[in-house]
Amino acid sequence: MSAQPYGLIATFDTASSLYHAAEQVRDAGYRRWDCITPCPVHGLDTAMGLKRSIVPRISLCGGITGFCTGMTLIWWTGAVAYPLTVGGKPLFSPMFAFPISYELTILFTAFATIFGIFVTNGLPMHYHPVLKYEHITRGLDDQFFVVIEASDPKYDRTATRALLEKAGGRNITELEP
Amino acid sequence: MSHAAESAAGANALGGVETPAILHEVRPAVLPRAVLVANNRSFSWITEKICGIIEEPTPTWWWVCFAVAAFVASWTVMGLTYLVATGVGVWGHHNPINWAWDIVNFVFWIGIGHAGTLISAILCLLRQKWRTSINRAAEAMTIFAVVCAAIFPVFHVGRIWFAVLPGWLFPFPNGNEIWQNFRSPLEWDVFAVSTYGTVSVLFWYIGLIPDLAILRDRFYASGHKLRSFLYGLFAMGWRGSNRHWSNYEMGYLILAGVSTPLVLSVHTIVSFDFAVSLIPGWHTTIFPPYFVAGAIFSGFGMVLTLMLPLRAIYKLEDLITQYHIDCMCKITLATGTMVGYAYAMEFFIAWYGANPNEGFAFINRAFGEYWWAYLIMVSCNVITPQLFWFKKIRANTALVWILSIFVNVGMWFERFVIIVTSLARDFLPSSWGYYSPSIVEIFTFFGTFGVFSVLFLLFIRFLPIMPMAELKSVTPAADPHAGADGHH
Repeated sequence: MSAQPYGLIATFDTASSLYHAAEQVRDAGYRRWDCITPCPVHGLDTAMGLKRSIVPRISLCGGITGFCTGMTLIWWTGAVAYPLTVGGKPLFSPMFAFPISYELTILFTAFATIFGIFVTNGLPMHYHPVLKYEHITRGLDDQFFVVIEASDPKYDRTATRALLEKAGGRNITELEP
Repeated sequence: MSHAAESAAGANALGGVETPAILHEVRPAVLPRAVLVANNRSFSWITEKICGIIEEPTPTWWWVCFAVAAFVASWTVMGLTYLVATGVGVWGHHNPINWAWDIVNFVFWIGIGHAGTLISAILCLLRQKWRTSINRAAEAMTIFAVVCAAIFPVFHVGRIWFAVLPGWLFPFPNGNEIWQNFRSPLEWDVFAVSTYGTVSVLFWYIGLIPDLAILRDRFYASGHKLRSFLYGLFAMGWRGSNRHWSNYEMGYLILAGVSTPLVLSVHTIVSFDFAVSLIPGWHTTIFPPYFVAGAIFSGFGMVLTLMLPLRAIYKLEDLITQYHIDCMCKITLATGTMVGYAYAMEFFIAWYGANPNEGFAFINRAFGEYWWAYLIMVSCNVITPQLFWFKKIRANTALVWILSIFVNVGMWFERFVIIVTSLARDFLPSSWGYYSPSIVEIFTFFGTFGVFSVLFLLFIRFLPIMPMAELKSVTPAADPHAGADGHH
């Protein structure tokens, strides 16, 4: 094993034991660590001390862009590029432009949200040290893991291992980088 | 007096001064929650069950169904090829019925899609956890239904290559540099349906990512490197990190939040195609809610039609329980009743509005040349769902499946009745006509069921038919406070 491992990984068998372990790791002051769960666990964000996701802000930007795109498209095509009177109606009105702008708001919000999920999560990332752990498949199947990275300022090979042991983790293993 | 004494005791208990002994024994009433995964199945059971469907060798029935579906789909391919090679005249349209099966089929398929979005988005916002078992397949149904729907307006253009690039549908300037008429509901429809299709695909894909990661790892472990690579490519390196789940869940919620107004707006705009015109029988304000209710009604019919055989074939009774079937039947009942109410209200307004053209249009619908279509529509859409009031009927899976077919048939006829009877008898008696579909049209339409089935069969063969991560999250094992001191 190389001198500086990626970190330590510990296995937990139930959502409940993971939840309490996460609280302990959070309270011990770690910053660069993570939980691996097969499904979202209710309240785990609080137990890990995570901040509210910023995805909604990205979505909002997308939505505003979409609405403006719709309005601009219809105004520019109808009143600037080729003004054409249809049925004696004004060349532009936000009323008839609304349905399309509404749809584009939703379309752009959806794209921005997907973009936001990928960017905030740092995905796609097809290589990750955690994925090399031999039992990681269980992390998407039925087991729970806590990973504490060696790059965390508080990381200490023995103290961190002791913390994970105290929290009820088993099978504590060093991950290769 | 006793009431006052109880309050005093309660106050003491709250203040922590003195607690009557009885309070130690009293527990708040716990309402039993519906069990969403029966027999207390574990996480790994869910993984094995859903992944097993993909990992097992392709069953014989799948090949038989696929061959039949592909044959039927070839009818659509041939019909459309003939149309493009010859002209739109190969369909049965003529004056005054310039819109017929094409728009009927379009509205029919789009409507079917709506139940998928209702299940994935609206029920997500309403925290109806029973949606988890059926949402993946229902979303797939939505996407494939939109594909079938899009065939008809695109090919009704005739020279389909004009639909996109020189801009008959999408805003690219055409040969005369004139832009689309953005005042037209038909143009709104282009945006509504293409947005709907796109957002449905995005929503579906984002839901698939955690499950694709499971398949990636399982195929890697079993030595299928190519499959592992392909699933892994689309899994984007998902590793179940809770920091990821946090953003993912938020994004999923937002997608549900925007899909909800989207699904309502799509069928509203589809109904504007008719309601904004002046034809008697179309020019009514009830159309948007009536169309949306009808769409969800028909979509749930199709969900039942698809899910009940899947449940039987793959023995998914623990995941699609009787409770799920009850819920689906009840939504079918509710929306079917709304549709029935809309039929009655249309007749009432036709009479109450005192417009002779409008009154005639409705009498003609029920008793005119197309009375048979009206009769099929009412018996399938108004009477059939009322049977779902009875628990015994809901518990009879085979019967529910047959009734769901009636719903599909009835909703196709609803669109036929609305569109064809109104056009066949417009304002001028001299232009009245009768519409019969051409053989090309008939084969093109029935072929779309083959197209849909081919896509759906590929889906159940290659993708997890249920969202494993979401199913796990509704089991007791996912509750971090289960069996603990209950301080949540």
